[in-house]
Amino acid sequence: MAALLLCARKALLPGSLRRLHTVYQMAELPETHEMLRQTCRDFADRELCPIAAQLDKEHRYPAEQVRKMGAMGLMAVEVPEQFGGAGLDYLAYAIGVEEISRGCASTGVVMSVNNSLYLGPVLKFGSEEQKQQWITPFTTGEKVGCFALSEPGNGSDAGAASTVARLEGDHWVLNGTKAWITNSWDASATVVFATTDKALKHKVTVPPQHTHTGGPGQEDCRGNLLGQPGMGFKIAMQTLDSGRVGIAAQALGIAQAALDCAVDYAEKRTAFGAPISKLQGIQFKLADMALALEGARLLTWRAAMLKDNGKPYTKEAAMAKLAASEAATLISHQAIQVLGGMGYVTDMPAERHYRDARITEIYEGTSEIQRLVIANQVLKDYRC
Amino acid sequence: MAGRVLVGVKRVIDYAVKIRVKPDKTGVVTDGVKHSMNPFCEIAVEEAVRLREKKLMKEVIAVSCGPQQCQETIRTALAMGADRGIHVEVSGKDYENLGPLQVSKIMAALAKKEEASLVIVGKQAIDGDCNQTGQMTAALLDWPQGTFASEVSVDGDGLKVEREIDGGLESVRIKMPAVVTADLRLNEPRYATLPNIMKAKKKKIASVKPADLGVELTSRLEILAVEDPPQRQSGVKVESVQDLVTKLRDSGTL
Repeated sequence: MAALLLCARKALLPGSLRRLHTVYQMAELPETHEMLRQTCRDFADRELCPIAAQLDKEHRYPAEQVRKMGAMGLMAVEVPEQFGGAGLDYLAYAIGVEEISRGCASTGVVMSVNNSLYLGPVLKFGSEEQKQQWITPFTTGEKVGCFALSEPGNGSDAGAASTVARLEGDHWVLNGTKAWITNSWDASATVVFATTDKALKHKVTVPPQHTHTGGPGQEDCRGNLLGQPGMGFKIAMQTLDSGRVGIAAQALGIAQAALDCAVDYAEKRTAFGAPISKLQGIQFKLADMALALEGARLLTWRAAMLKDNGKPYTKEAAMAKLAASEAATLISHQAIQVLGGMGYVTDMPAERHYRDARITEIYEGTSEIQRLVIANQVLKDYRC
Repeated sequence: MAGRVLVGVKRVIDYAVKIRVKPDKTGVVTDGVKHSMNPFCEIAVEEAVRLREKKLMKEVIAVSCGPQQCQETIRTALAMGADRGIHVEVSGKDYENLGPLQVSKIMAALAKKEEASLVIVGKQAIDGDCNQTGQMTAALLDWPQGTFASEVSVDGDGLKVEREIDGGLESVRIKMPAVVTADLRLNEPRYATLPNIMKAKKKKIASVKPADLGVELTSRLEILAVEDPPQRQSGVKVESVQDLVTKLRDSGTL
């Protein structure tokens, strides 16, 4: 009787959905990170899984869930406690993003962008005053920030940004259009990249005027300078390095959700007189999927740990993002295949995982750009 | 009226895991299986922490009996807001035979040692389903008990407890010190927030042996066998109420 009440109480996916519970998965993590993983998983299972399909269907921003995540410290994992953050490390953040994304990929990216792309540069390059003003209100989940680098005319070609900034008195005035900016609809502040001339790049933090195309169109916005003039490109690149680990973590979460879905279905669906999980064709797929996922996870954790230890991690972050995003697409693609017709329809989450996974190969540096970054680093390593 | 709350937390196999019986029928497989805090114990911890937050209690102490891994369970209680922990070391055969009687003796000894005003435990654990520890602890201490609590409030020098019973709800008023067992609807346990997980690292967990508390652990119970429940038989559909009555009569049920 107790078990029945608990199932109803926990209001989870019907207890049938198999999730990986073996200890070996977690044995390598320190206790704090293990507890953090558990609390994020519980939150995702209870608050995100039940509504993820609905959020996707309605294209809704999960405002209430983001607030709850803020209360738990998830919207500002690395931010020191004095500014209202959780004061944890990047590995903790990566684990948190993965667990949240497993529940709902969109909520995962909201968390990732706020942490890595908005709070990251402000924390690293902001003055004390800027930190007070632009960090603390963005740790609670009430307000989120975003990162505006891409424009209609440039994504991968970051150097060709055409938004201009000119100094007027003690304020910078921006003019231009940004596009593809995650969180922009709901953000209360943006880190915007702009140029005074093609040779230099500036960055400013500014309350954005929203347009409806996911791009703050800024006409004569006023803003504050972050860091020194000319540092824009460097700030963007460093921020993207850490953002890549966040997106890798998001891709891991999506991949895990897709794998869970595929295994659960394979164990239940019978064909030719037995569950399809008995067929070698399915088993080989599941093995390849699990291998891709574990490999990407280890790469992601390694990149996070290098960052935590203050070591250079550009190559490792690019590898993590590349591996995780390609794993997510592979796994969700094969998950649809395992589910057959059910994989294609919206009754099952497999097609949503596929759509969620697909973008991870594109944003925060396309897979092609990641390969260039990796090759660059590899060649450097050999040339020393 | 500030005081100490002792909360018992048990490390059990996670509720979502599919249980497998060991081939030798001596128990269930626990190696490599995910464990977590008993859900009713989570509710107990939450209630204790809320009492302290309302300043009705001064300190919350989380207690767990078992092997080294129980410290993880205590750490989770600390991350939810308990102030310190006590790990009562029990391992090997003693742990396999650990049951409500021994645990209540331990809880009673600790309640006296820590001068607790209140002992809160979950109404039952999801592995043993015994529903005995709270009641036995109260009896050993000769304290009043409010079991299956769905609501607890402080009333002067006592507690008002709303109890979930088969017939509905029962309100009792009990003097403190007392024992309360938490039922499902008592509260919704909080998530351990990241800052609290960090704070929990600094909180103390004391280790103690049952012998130090004067408790001896021999069990008066012997487990004869552990088996899977029988496979569920399919039912039979009947056409009319008359058919149903005939079938029930024939099977001797009516």
